[in-house]
Amino acid sequence: MATQHSRSAARLMMAPAVVLLLGWMLVPLIMTLYFSFRNYFPLRPDRVPGWAGFDNYVRFFTSSAFWPSVQTTLVIVGGVLVITVVLGILLAMLLDQPMWGQGVVRILVIAPFFVMPTVSALVWKNMFMDPVNGLLAHLWRFFGAEPVSWLSEVPTASIVMIVSWQWLPFATLILLTAIQSLDSEQLEAAAMDGAPKLKQFWYIILPHLSRAITIVILIQTIFLLSIFAEIFVTTGGAFGTRTLTYLIFQRVLESQNVGLGSAGGVYAIILANIVAIFLMRIVGKNLDA
Amino acid sequence: MGRIQLKDVTKSFGDVEVIPPLNLTIEDGEFTVFVGPSGCGKSTLLRLIAGLEDITSGAIEIDGADATDVPPAKRGLAMVFQSYALYPHMSVRKNIAFPLRMAKMDQAEIDRRVDGAASVLNLTDYLDRRPGQLSGGQRQRVAIGRAIVREPAAFLFDEPLSNLDAALRVGMRLEISELHKRLATTMIYVTHDQVEAMTMADKIVVLRAGNIEQVGSPLELYKAPRNTFVAGFIGSPKMNLIEGAEAAKHDAHTIGIRPEHITVSATEGVWSGRVGVAEHLGSDTFFHVHDTGLAETITVRADGEVGFNHGDRIHLTPRSDVIHKFDAAGLRIT
Repeated sequence: MATQHSRSAARLMMAPAVVLLLGWMLVPLIMTLYFSFRNYFPLRPDRVPGWAGFDNYVRFFTSSAFWPSVQTTLVIVGGVLVITVVLGILLAMLLDQPMWGQGVVRILVIAPFFVMPTVSALVWKNMFMDPVNGLLAHLWRFFGAEPVSWLSEVPTASIVMIVSWQWLPFATLILLTAIQSLDSEQLEAAAMDGAPKLKQFWYIILPHLSRAITIVILIQTIFLLSIFAEIFVTTGGAFGTRTLTYLIFQRVLESQNVGLGSAGGVYAIILANIVAIFLMRIVGKNLDA
Repeated sequence: MGRIQLKDVTKSFGDVEVIPPLNLTIEDGEFTVFVGPSGCGKSTLLRLIAGLEDITSGAIEIDGADATDVPPAKRGLAMVFQSYALYPHMSVRKNIAFPLRMAKMDQAEIDRRVDGAASVLNLTDYLDRRPGQLSGGQRQRVAIGRAIVREPAAFLFDEPLSNLDAALRVGMRLEISELHKRLATTMIYVTHDQVEAMTMADKIVVLRAGNIEQVGSPLELYKAPRNTFVAGFIGSPKMNLIEGAEAAKHDAHTIGIRPEHITVSATEGVWSGRVGVAEHLGSDTFFHVHDTGLAETITVRADGEVGFNHGDRIHLTPRSDVIHKFDAAGLRIT
């Protein structure tokens, strides 16, 4: 019933939501832009506030911490994406098999997603990765190996592991629903056509999942670019685990330099857009059709 | 070559026996139709032959060689599914070429066969499209194309026309029959539609609850149904089955008379009744006649010209030479 009248009524009724959302987005964005051009040190009365021009941008960009932080961000995002998508596909196929206790198992698989990032990172840090009392240390010693000091020896990999554990359920869940929508007759047809299991996976299952994989990658990228809690409670940004988000946090709260941090925030927006453009180029076509 | 033999084949899902021991031979080049009401096991039987389901006991032989434990891909059979099961992300060309690619055939031969199949099936203009851009009939043809390029020992069709509209169904029925005449390959065709069975088959296998009720040519089944089930299932409209005193006159428990073997008259006849619904098809008219004292409803086929209306008194005369007689167990008395 899309009459002229109902269309304008719809617009009128959607307007408050649109205005609210737009304001919700625009206010912080404009404030970030404003502060990025200011010298602003709220808790340091010795520094004079005032306009800074592009100084903040130049200082943030030329800082020795900038490029390593971008690299760390990309490594963590990329690592988590690869692990969650690959394991997610395998787990989804496993969970799709008929088995006893299917419902309970599926809920258990989703469980990690309900654990708050801070909590899960602390659990990993203290109960698994602790080099003296951690479960992994016991496991290593059981096999006669020297326990690994995870968060100082392989800090980035450790964080990738923790974050992957959190996001694997999400990937599994989306991919499982996709795999359940695959017409089993297609697999039977492929079997009759002479495709062994591996080729059925490659030619039938994987193309069928392509859209779901795209969605998993895009959504996870948005959230992974801004991971913070996992780094804060484990390494505190030490040992080369400082991501761009974390660097901004340090500039604003540890150095009390809001202007510099805001300039970093603008760089983070640019980085996110570059990543988004690349992703859309690579996987975006799967969303068409 | 494609001679398929089923020897004492059974199939159970858990405790439920779907197919009791069953023996059947399908000769090379024969167009065999499995027909029966839904849930009679005809699709299961086809999937057993295809190898998509394991048989519980017994043996399947293809061209004399035991194929019981041979995986589906190695049986040399091609199947057309009810949902067509086309690969949605591949073009029509790739869909048809898929089995050949899996067989690692060289590209020139693949192209030759795909083009050949496409021209036979009028798909040449659609080779670069995706299945989602095709109509139901075209998808059906792609599915058939994917089957014929393999040059299989036998084709298996699982209710391939049930998703098409009535007009297309008639067209595709003819095309599949013509394809069979040209390829002269064994075809096994599953349907619940007795019209498809009658028009296409060399041999019809009527199934009920996994049991073979009768095997024979369409006319054999029409002229001499072995029992009341086959009598009621083959032929459209259904045969009238009459029990009681009228049947006893013919020394039978049940007599069957087809609607087309009854003549109608406004004035005189052996039986009489009141017209219920009259279905005018133009060429024919079907009268559903009530209150005859014989059965709930007697269906009669008359010329399209005959004009009785609802509630009219009507007189019926069966042709005495084509009355089918059955005993108390439902078996035919010859």
